[in-house]
Amino acid sequence: MSEARTSPPSPRPKAGQRAWDDVPRWQIYLPLSIYLLFTLIPFYWILLFALRPTGSTSLVPWPMTFAHFEKVWTEREFGTYFQNSVLVGVATLVMTTLVALAGGYALARFDFRIKRAFMLGLLCSQFVPGALLLVPLFEIFAKIQMINSLGSVIIAETVFQLPLSIILISNFIKNVPPSLEEAAWVDGCNRLTAFRIVVLPLLRPGLIAVGSFAFVHSWNHFLFALMFLNNPEKQTIPVGLNTLMGADSVDLGALAAGGIIAAVPVVLVFAFIQKWLITGFSAGAVKG
Amino acid sequence: MAQAAAVAKPPAPPRRRRASATPRRLPYLLIAPAALLMLGFIAYPVISVFYYSLQNYNPTKPWRNGYAGFDNFTKIFTDDPAFWDTLTFSAKWVFVEVGLQLLFGLALALIVNQTFVGRALGRAMVFSPWAVSGVLTSAIWVLLYNSQTGITRYLADLGIGSYGTSWLSDTSTVFPAAIVADLWRGVPFFAILILADLQSVSKDLYEAAEVDGASRLKQFWHITLPHLKDAIVLSTLLRAVWEFNNVDLLYTLTGGGPAGETTTLPLYIANTSVDAHNFGYASALTTVAFVILLFCSMVYLRLSKFGGEDK
Repeated sequence: MSEARTSPPSPRPKAGQRAWDDVPRWQIYLPLSIYLLFTLIPFYWILLFALRPTGSTSLVPWPMTFAHFEKVWTEREFGTYFQNSVLVGVATLVMTTLVALAGGYALARFDFRIKRAFMLGLLCSQFVPGALLLVPLFEIFAKIQMINSLGSVIIAETVFQLPLSIILISNFIKNVPPSLEEAAWVDGCNRLTAFRIVVLPLLRPGLIAVGSFAFVHSWNHFLFALMFLNNPEKQTIPVGLNTLMGADSVDLGALAAGGIIAAVPVVLVFAFIQKWLITGFSAGAVKG
Repeated sequence: MAQAAAVAKPPAPPRRRRASATPRRLPYLLIAPAALLMLGFIAYPVISVFYYSLQNYNPTKPWRNGYAGFDNFTKIFTDDPAFWDTLTFSAKWVFVEVGLQLLFGLALALIVNQTFVGRALGRAMVFSPWAVSGVLTSAIWVLLYNSQTGITRYLADLGIGSYGTSWLSDTSTVFPAAIVADLWRGVPFFAILILADLQSVSKDLYEAAEVDGASRLKQFWHITLPHLKDAIVLSTLLRAVWEFNNVDLLYTLTGGGPAGETTTLPLYIANTSVDAHNFGYASALTTVAFVILLFCSMVYLRLSKFGGEDK
């Protein structure tokens, strides 16, 4: 997919940055190193606690033990939580992306009567705090018998991801010249085929940004799962972490191991999408 | 809505693009899933919150349920010191947190926008906390702030803080401690958004400025900052709303304590509804929070002249 980019200006020509590039090196490396320390020490700390035996005060995780992981995974049910979280994350990702793709396409390519109302609704919903709607949402899910089913969390997470996702995706689609699609129509494609063959590949950075956002958010989000799932077997990782945090008698090794189990998928996702994220945002997020 | 579209079906005049078969219904079909989900799970709950706010509604005390008029609201404004306390704390929290995030995020974005050796790795590392949020951030910082084994102990060796106290359980340290924990994951968010926008600044502008002998500071002030304005306004607003509404971090990090010191308004609402089962009162609080949020956002957008003259 090198033939066209979603962002109109070609990404950073080598010589272009000259004006900013004569910054003295130390002005880059010094503040960056300080900030890196701030970023990485917490990561190191959690790794340290997860890997060293209980009671050790050593600042290097040696001798190394995986006992905390075993304990958390089996005794504290993190294996189950992990499965549930993966399910919620992937389902939210798929639903958000599909629904937002349809909605975003409509906004980008059509004028229709309730378009403005729809967009206004999207904007306003940004001000609606999910946490404050817990009670009515709980009642709805109770009414349709979805309490204690992961479906309730998937729906709630999807709904709260949608507004931003739709806006992002529609901005991406706007950046794809309609003439490309029209050319495909002329060649005999129907709308769906044209969209699939011509537009969809160009949307890849945007879809990755939106999908990963949905995954990461639903993976990390806590309150919906806490409220809608009472059965420990249905719980997700953040809720499991919260129970580990408990009161004073915290098992720090277990907490750290649980934290790492919670972090690994998002960090992997993040490492994978990082380069698309910046292009993704510059094309979709900030330009109306 | 699909019916409305079907009725108004014109005899398809020749149109510039979209010449291919485009049923008028298509856009409605496309937005239908999103619209239905949002009507059912956002709009309807919002309306029911407004409805409950006028009710006495407590599942544990059903004999007292029923229409309450504006009693809940009267109580909020005249007879509930906790409301004012939590509102003040929310304002302080959002203001300090978002302000610092913006400042550090902007600085960080400017730095990693440079070309330097190891940039890709540096970016990946400084942005990584973005992926980690809420409860996990709390878990990490609970470890760091632990009074016995946390990093606070080693800082005490350096003369920062004192031994044996957890920064999270002391009223004098809990606020900065929570702020730092939230900064850790919030700064990357701003940095990513601002960096994304930085990349679209035309390089010619800087070259022209360079030719004219403008200093770097001047270039930043007259080229970079104006260009970033909309992105900054938008991300600040979004972040402020999210920071206001987010319950995950403070709920798990401090639980709103010590002594209610870090209870935001949404946290207070969650406690009122979930722990005290006072749904009617919690709904009234929600309504008030919603109105405050909407009002502040409007004022902010107006003051910042979002979108400039062209909109």
